[in-house]
Amino acid sequence: MSATSYGWLVLAFPLVGMLICAFGYRRLPGHSAGWIGSLAILLSFVASILMLLELESRPEDQRELVDAAFTYVHSAGINVDVSILVDPLSVFMCLVVSGVSFLIHVYSVSYMDGDEGFVRYFAYLNYFVFSMLLLVLAANFVVLIVGWAFVGAASYLLISFWYRRTTATRAGIKAFVINVIGDVGLVIGAFLLFDATGELDFAGVFGAADNVFTTNDGPLVAACLMLLVGAFAKSAQLPLHTWLPDAMEGPTPVSSLIHAATMVTAGVYLIARTHRLFELAPLAADIGAIIGTATLLFAATVALVVTDLKRVIAYSTISQIGYMVLGVSAAAYGAGLFHLMTHAFFKALLFMGAGSVIGAMAGNQSLDRMGGFRKAMPFTFVTFTAGALALAGFPLFSGFFSKDEVLAYTLHRGGGFVALAVIGYLAAGLTAFYAFRMVFRVFFRAPVPEARALEHGHPRHGEPHNPTTGEPEDPHVGFDGTEHHNAESSWPMKAAMGPLAVLAVIGGYIGIPGLTDTLEHFLEPTFADSRFADSKPSDGAEYIGLGVGALIAITAIAAAALVFLRRRELRLVVRERFDAVHTLLFRKWYFDEAYNAAVVRPMAAFGRFARNVIETRFVQETIVGGAVGLVRAGSSVARSVQSGYLRAYAALLVVGVTALGVYFLITSAG
Amino acid sequence: MDVSWFLVLSAFIFGIGAAGVLSRRNPLVVLLCLELMLNGANLALVAFARMHGDGGGQIFALIVMVIAACEVAVGLGIIVAIFRRRLPVDVDELSDLRG
Amino acid sequence: MFFVAGIGALGGAVGVVALRNPFYSVLALVAHLVCLAVLFLLLQAEFLAAAQVVVYAGAVMVLYVFVVAYVGGSDEPLRPEGGALRVLGPLFAFVLVAELCIALLGSSLSLIDSQGGDVPARFGTPAEIGSLLLQKFLVSFEAASYLLLVAAVGAVVLARRRRGLEEDETSGLSTEAGGQPKGAPAAAKSAGGAGTVRPSGMSATSSRLRPEAPGGNH
Repeated sequence: MSATSYGWLVLAFPLVGMLICAFGYRRLPGHSAGWIGSLAILLSFVASILMLLELESRPEDQRELVDAAFTYVHSAGINVDVSILVDPLSVFMCLVVSGVSFLIHVYSVSYMDGDEGFVRYFAYLNYFVFSMLLLVLAANFVVLIVGWAFVGAASYLLISFWYRRTTATRAGIKAFVINVIGDVGLVIGAFLLFDATGELDFAGVFGAADNVFTTNDGPLVAACLMLLVGAFAKSAQLPLHTWLPDAMEGPTPVSSLIHAATMVTAGVYLIARTHRLFELAPLAADIGAIIGTATLLFAATVALVVTDLKRVIAYSTISQIGYMVLGVSAAAYGAGLFHLMTHAFFKALLFMGAGSVIGAMAGNQSLDRMGGFRKAMPFTFVTFTAGALALAGFPLFSGFFSKDEVLAYTLHRGGGFVALAVIGYLAAGLTAFYAFRMVFRVFFRAPVPEARALEHGHPRHGEPHNPTTGEPEDPHVGFDGTEHHNAESSWPMKAAMGPLAVLAVIGGYIGIPGLTDTLEHFLEPTFADSRFADSKPSDGAEYIGLGVGALIAITAIAAAALVFLRRRELRLVVRERFDAVHTLLFRKWYFDEAYNAAVVRPMAAFGRFARNVIETRFVQETIVGGAVGLVRAGSSVARSVQSGYLRAYAALLVVGVTALGVYFLITSAG
Repeated sequence: MDVSWFLVLSAFIFGIGAAGVLSRRNPLVVLLCLELMLNGANLALVAFARMHGDGGGQIFALIVMVIAACEVAVGLGIIVAIFRRRLPVDVDELSDLRG
Repeated sequence: MFFVAGIGALGGAVGVVALRNPFYSVLALVAHLVCLAVLFLLLQAEFLAAAQVVVYAGAVMVLYVFVVAYVGGSDEPLRPEGGALRVLGPLFAFVLVAELCIALLGSSLSLIDSQGGDVPARFGTPAEIGSLLLQKFLVSFEAASYLLLVAAVGAVVLARRRRGLEEDETSGLSTEAGGQPKGAPAAAKSAGGAGTVRPSGMSATSSRLRPEAPGGNH
């Protein structure tokens, strides 16, 4: 079969899985929905591999295939098919998405066990994977936007999965609103491009871009900035990042899948896909790089102080995606995407490990109450540490290669990018520090009661409660169940975390500079038309970068060990000394408060105004009531004629006859 | 004899009848004034019949008389019924048909 | 002759309207009708004049006399009643009259031939009327007779006493007289039966009926 047929299969399997789960939600027994969902994604992954092999068997210049299923619209200058594009970039994304999704599905079978919304969960999850695959396989802006919107919807559905929890629904709404802002940006950007080039499919737009736009052309920059708005909303970059930490209200596998490995990478994918345009509008690309850098620093600082385990990982995600955005904005496409892949591995792994720990803590997520799980949860400890080492960029782990490649390319660009690279290295240090903050606080030191209980084989079961606010909940549908699983005792979790841990360790080896560079080569056909295609840092520069990165990582880990293991009082001293800074970081640089004051409150006030004044007074009372009143007045005037008063009727008769007579007199006289 | 005199006379009778309908309160008298108006019309009809030499006018007047008789019968029946119900026999009071 | 009859007619008309006592108004109308009959004679409508006297002044007015005697009708008080209409009524009528006169006497109505042409010999005779009725105006003749039938039925219906639906028939003469073969218990029963239909009004009257029934039955 041709590569594009495999492409359609890749899309079809999750869709079918979703339909089966959705329509059979009352009838699917036990865990079958979970296995059906996982099977669907597995088949999708297999199809992606076949797609890859098929594509590889072709000569290098023929690796961009488009296939249309049917014509969506064909009128008035718009010519849009529902078509998919199979080229190295989309195959790469498909592999990453479907592979990691499959493992997360397996993990979820165990994690969501006992939840009353088990089938619904897998329907949503499959729907999400389908949308994400649609997004990356899209061959034109319309299908891309469709996939984009679906992904946003799936994210909302999954964040507010435990829908009776107010914090969860609020977080879902927040995520969705910010996503919509991004959607608007994306649509406007697509429209601007369509307006200028008259095309909507990628081949057409990118081909015409050279002819239509000059460098840094106004409309092009505007379009690219709009695309950036979309990318930043989806990928949680400054300033549209506030939804991601709140999105941790969803089940941990959801955080793992959507908010670590796949959905948040859609923005990076978008920039990579439209790289022709960004290269023609360096201003937009530079803005992207700057914001990416700012984000990665900001998020790294916040991750140093937050105390909810999942939120630390969430800020870490924001930060690492900042690296990816920096990479693709600095035209280091291969490097950025390489980091995307490795990040998917280790971040999903970290979330899974966090899920396991939280399960052992009976739903409690606070770092302050965790400690000493090393003996109780060896498997989780090992995998979590592997992920943390990869995140920190410890030598020879996957993150090490990918992050430093991004930074090396950035340095190589020169000019202002050097400053960005320096910030990147600085933040890498912070990254290593907070990564091991997590490791040391959760797994080392004295075991907390839950850990002790687990050591003896009896995990604690707490009362179900909201992890953020602590209010008690009942374990029925719409809320998290009472059953909590941890990886030590459940084989699906182990089956999912194991491969990811392995990948986190060895995944970087496909990108060793000078030695393998497999990913670079693979992605070359897509980025062959880039201006920077041949501009790579020399191997020597890369190795120096690797060395510097290694040094930073090891130093930071040592510092973390010092602070969290040996001299624990140092923490308190630092906190007291820099209290203002600590508060700033703890409050996430007051972004939420700022948005609340600047946007949310005025909108709410406007809504109230609209309801009280416009709706009630103006529409209801004036327009509707006025019309009613008018009719009432008119009819009461008319009614007063019917007085029941005989003489009045007679008088009217006489007057009428007189008037009629006058009329006839006049007309006959005239 | 000048036919127009008769017509003027009939106009006057009609007008007087109308004035009576509008200003009397006893329904009996109102009906009487109604008869007056009908008679005025009759006079006009007969005058025109004479003027044109057409007998149709007289037939018309005859039929009008018939109708007047019927109307009186029914109208008086209503007034009697009203009286029997002890309702005030006064046109101004009988305003139940008010809308 | 014309003037005498004319002034008589007008006087009768004014009398109908102005006289306070309705009985006097009826009498004024009778006088008016007779004068009108004279006027008809002047217009060579002999049959019609006779019909006017016999039917109108004779039958209809007698009916009126009966009703006025029964209903009575008090003398209307002289104070201004009916508000604006007391003044406006005659005003409207006057305007109407004026307009009619203008219409009649204005030069635009040239159709009015002052003298009237010659009329055929049989004009106005009963024979002529009769033949017209049965030939040219047959339909209206039949319709008029139908109307008479309807009016007769209507008058009977209006005069019928409807048992139980008439309130306050406690003067005695009405309740028992109309179809009461069984006497008091039946009266009470019918009143009571109607009482279930009209609870509030009838209970009071039924209690009144029963004691009165024997009294009214003598």
